[in-house]
Amino acid sequence: MMLLKILFRNAFHNKLRSFLTILGIAVAILAFGLLRTVVSSFYAGVEAASTSRLVTRNAISIIFPLPISYTEKIRQVEGVKRVSYGNWFGGVYINEKNFFPNFCVEPRTYFELYPEFVVEEKQKKSFLADRKGAVAGKKLANKYGWKVGDNITLKGMIYPGNWDFVLRAIYTGRDNTVDETQFFFHWAYLNEAIKKVMPSMADQVGFYMIGVNRPDTAAETAIAIDKMFKNSLAETLTETEKAFNLGFIAMSEAIVTAIQMVSFVVIFIIMAVVANTMAMTTRERTGDYAILKTLGFGARDITILIFGEALVITLTGGLIGIALTFPAARAFGQQMSTYFPVFLVSAQTIYMDVIAAFLIAFLAAIIPTRHAIRIRIADGLRRIG
Amino acid sequence: MITKDQKPIVEIKNLYKSYHRESLVVPVLYDITFDIADGEFLALMGPSGSGKTTLLNLIAGIDKVDEGTIHVGDIDITNLSETELAAWRANSVGFIFQFYNLIPVLKAVENVELPLHLTTLSKNQRREHAEMALSMVGLGHRMDHYPGEMSGGEQQRVAIARAIVTDPTILVADEPTGDLDRVSAEEILSMMERLNRDMGKTIIMVTHDPRAAQRAGVMRHLDKGYLNHDAAQNPF
Repeated sequence: MMLLKILFRNAFHNKLRSFLTILGIAVAILAFGLLRTVVSSFYAGVEAASTSRLVTRNAISIIFPLPISYTEKIRQVEGVKRVSYGNWFGGVYINEKNFFPNFCVEPRTYFELYPEFVVEEKQKKSFLADRKGAVAGKKLANKYGWKVGDNITLKGMIYPGNWDFVLRAIYTGRDNTVDETQFFFHWAYLNEAIKKVMPSMADQVGFYMIGVNRPDTAAETAIAIDKMFKNSLAETLTETEKAFNLGFIAMSEAIVTAIQMVSFVVIFIIMAVVANTMAMTTRERTGDYAILKTLGFGARDITILIFGEALVITLTGGLIGIALTFPAARAFGQQMSTYFPVFLVSAQTIYMDVIAAFLIAFLAAIIPTRHAIRIRIADGLRRIG
Repeated sequence: MITKDQKPIVEIKNLYKSYHRESLVVPVLYDITFDIADGEFLALMGPSGSGKTTLLNLIAGIDKVDEGTIHVGDIDITNLSETELAAWRANSVGFIFQFYNLIPVLKAVENVELPLHLTTLSKNQRREHAEMALSMVGLGHRMDHYPGEMSGGEQQRVAIARAIVTDPTILVADEPTGDLDRVSAEEILSMMERLNRDMGKTIIMVTHDPRAAQRAGVMRHLDKGYLNHDAAQNPF
């Protein structure tokens, strides 16, 4: 009990130093937490992917289309429950600064395949009935102040011209891991329009979304689909939605790796700072530790004092850092919603924060503890005065 | 000085000690042999570097001898392991240092209570003993003050209370008045005198201050690591 009293009072004895060290740790843990959240937000789409959905695209590249005529053939494959399709539209709202993901899809089947996009029944009917109708995510609608019934014009970057839509529905995510920044409209609307101006691009889709009956046989279904189009003009590559999404992340792998490395560098730097603080503190208290040893306290007691002090400081800083991570992530997520539509601090990130705090304390205290234990009492007492 | 009717509490025989500084060996004590009687107040004197603090540290079990033996009571402390020595110190030795060496983050009463945490006393008993010891040194009114809030003399009195609270076999004092003004030094020496006279405490005090040494019953001189065997009963 007395050791605990000494430990806590020692930790806050030099108030300025303790405050600055705790502040440093809090900022480091906050930065670590945010960087880890950035990394996990890259994988949010992968995490949200369903095991019962497959994606079929052109085997050469995603930028090459597939004929719409594949729809019925895919539907015939054993294990396939539902088929939908769509194109990346790549439009912008007013100008390039207002970018968000927008797709034309076959609406009826698409929303059946994605039950996580929750749309009010009345709004859904209205959307399905209107060929110029569109559905926007709640976050996206809030961002631009859109309401159901508003006219929205997107500027086509792949399909030139201004494209007019009527917002017929606003979807919400089934839970907070669902991206609410997307915009969907009828594939038929796009197809009809381009038939007139770019007939060679008509009747084509960028991808097929396929719902399977049994996730455990999804691999066989994928093979069967690709086999069917082998040696055709547009060979297919079918993979699980998760693998498809991972393919996109692979394109940004260098960035993700760099962010991960920076997050660990932050922890390493703060570890050095805390180790330095603990070294200074222990050196100043060499006399105190010598007195304790003189009075009969042992190496175990000295270890408890130094490790305990390091733990009190790092955990205080760590807890403040963790507490700050949530509002900071919310603010960051709002500012960067275009790039990180799902920006949530995961439980894993918090566990890593706590582990990092323990690791900092542990590694920072090792050398000072070793020194304090090994120094002869007579030498320690000589430091006083 | 041991008289026929006094039994020694400390017996030192053929003690040698040297320090090692990298490859350099610095001899500090040579063939020290003498006894300290139970209830004796011994002043160890000598110029700086004569080895008196080293000898005190060896008697108190905070340093190891190179050769020779030190018996305190029935225990040969030169044969004890580090852990055994720590336990022995906690039970048998009270320490008073020149710079008081109190734990700055603990109140006076907590500092005095500190050695009692290594005993089997209950929390209330510990507090009672600590308060009693502080009252004995006249600091019953300063129990909740931190060392930084007290004068040097008061801090040294707290250190004396901490030294006597476990009722040790011997009290060792290393220049206990070295950092004090004359008035405070006199107070501390009077207190040590009373501890020796009234409570029969064996005190071994290192000092180079003749005025402090006058208070001791026996004086021994060290010079360049050798004990002057002419040392005898305090002429004062």
